[in-house]
Amino acid sequence: MPQAQQELPDINLSPKTIGFAIAVLILLYVGYSSYYTVSAESVGVLQRFGHYHKVVDPGLHFKIPFGVDTVTQVPIKRQLKEEFGFGTPGATFKDQVGSKQQWDLETTIVTGDLNTALVEWVIQFRIEEAYDFLFKVRDPGEALRDISESVMREVVGDRTVDEVLTIGRQDIETSAQVKMQEVVNLYEMGLRIDQVQLKNVNPPKPVQASFDEVNEAQQERERMINVARGEYNKAVPRARGTADQNIQSAEGYAIQRVNQAEGDAAKFNALLTEYLKAPEVTERRLYLETMASVLPKVEQKIVLDAKASNVLPLLNLDRQSGAR
Amino acid sequence: MNKILSVLALLIFPLVIVGFQSFYRVNETEQVIITQFGKPVGDIITDSGLKLKVPFIQTVNRIEKRILLWDGSANDMPTKDKLYITVDTFGRWRIKDPLQYFLRLRDERSAQSRLEDILGSETRNAVAKHELIEIIRTTKGRQPAVDPLLEGADISTLLPITRGRRQVEEDIYAAASSKLSEFGIELLDIRFKRINYNDSVRQKIYQRMISERQQIAERFRSEGAGEANKIIGNKEKDLQEIESEAYKTIQTIQGDADAKATEIYANAYNKSKASRALYNFVKTLETYQDVVDEKTTLVLTTDSALYRILSEAEAGDVK
Repeated sequence: MPQAQQELPDINLSPKTIGFAIAVLILLYVGYSSYYTVSAESVGVLQRFGHYHKVVDPGLHFKIPFGVDTVTQVPIKRQLKEEFGFGTPGATFKDQVGSKQQWDLETTIVTGDLNTALVEWVIQFRIEEAYDFLFKVRDPGEALRDISESVMREVVGDRTVDEVLTIGRQDIETSAQVKMQEVVNLYEMGLRIDQVQLKNVNPPKPVQASFDEVNEAQQERERMINVARGEYNKAVPRARGTADQNIQSAEGYAIQRVNQAEGDAAKFNALLTEYLKAPEVTERRLYLETMASVLPKVEQKIVLDAKASNVLPLLNLDRQSGAR
Repeated sequence: MNKILSVLALLIFPLVIVGFQSFYRVNETEQVIITQFGKPVGDIITDSGLKLKVPFIQTVNRIEKRILLWDGSANDMPTKDKLYITVDTFGRWRIKDPLQYFLRLRDERSAQSRLEDILGSETRNAVAKHELIEIIRTTKGRQPAVDPLLEGADISTLLPITRGRRQVEEDIYAAASSKLSEFGIELLDIRFKRINYNDSVRQKIYQRMISERQQIAERFRSEGAGEANKIIGNKEKDLQEIESEAYKTIQTIQGDADAKATEIYANAYNKSKASRALYNFVKTLETYQDVVDEKTTLVLTTDSALYRILSEAEAGDVK
């Protein structure tokens, strides 16, 4: 610093030099403030003395300096989003996330059966008309948040809590998108709603457990039915097999019985033919043959005289058999 | 040289100030009322750009041309069915008659508070006249889709409505917009943003939701048990059917076979007198075969057939 003070007197500060310096500074300012660039994803809206002049495409452009022309860039090609009930870091839009204290209020929605569901959702949108977006509605981002919340409640309010939680999600997304677009058009906000996506949809925390219980009960039901089916499948086909086996063996019995009968009959008929040729001899032969095969087996044989009136005249053949 | 410059500077400086006082710019988003000593003069300037006025005497009053937001504060209020709910509304409005607006309200802050007064009380009135479901639902007669898994379960369905949310909003709009038009304000619409149960009501609602779910869970469990029992019953029925049918078939087959065998035997044995006699004889002999074994004690009398044959044979041989 002391050095600078020492050097200062060396500069020749004539009014001419000062005037020149001022002129250069003004020129620099004019040069600097008379051009601007519009980024590729945006259009520039040029206002002259505040009056809307024109929309300019991306690129380098010139304007009148000294605040006569002002340019506002509107990112019309960028996909913008607003989140409800939650927030992801790195916003693409200044109204992307509602204030954290509001999240609980944003998500809590009364359903058409007067239950409550917690719904988180996202809307994806684009600025379609830069003029409308800037000049028709003040603070369009916040307006869109209000519209989105209102429409989502209208749509969810027409559905049961079960629809909201499970099967109705797709339906809610599409009808909410259509209705939001209608309101946005009504306000001429210059926006196009591309998509409405439901994120987490849950029953309220105190109720959560009972919803889980229903799921468990559903599983339980399936399990019980499966166990019973298992038992059925274990017993019935086996019984069917056993029954078939028994029937087969009965059929075997039948065949055997008939064959036996036929065999016996054939044998008898053959015998009969021979018998008729010589009845007495055959009869005696058969008798004797039988006796011959039967009697040797018998160990105790007692012969009684027909005229004996009691069992005393006894021929004891026991010793004979004992000797054998 | 320096003198001339100073004089020039002295002349230019007031000129610049006068210039800044005479020109003003009107933005695309606003309209302007010029006042002279606080009194509006001339027409309302609605088109934007660079404008001229009398310096020092006239002042520029800028008034919004865009659609503006009214964001109502969340208020607790009872419905017709005595449920306490928190209602948060919002509306869009526009300054239709800037002069009227300027004279009656002066600035936006007082406009907002007037909106709050009027719309707030009209909302209260409308809500108090309707049951809760009327401001929740919109579409009359909508049939809810039912989860096939919950089919037949006693789940709550959509409650019927006669008017609906949009209609109630229209009511508030109709009542408020005429009151606001005298302030130069045009109300575009009013909508319910959030409707929530009051804390005290919420606990009851949760209790109801819990009991409803528990009842569904019970139903599933009993359905499971019932279905399982049905299957077990079916099993027993099928088993008995299979076993008894098999028994029937077996008995029929065996009976048929026995009958056939009997017929065959009868045909053979009952052919003639001789066959009957032979059968008797042969069967008797067979019976001997079966009956007599080593433990049998054979008692023969001397006049029995066997003895006679034996003795005759001996005698025959000797002879």
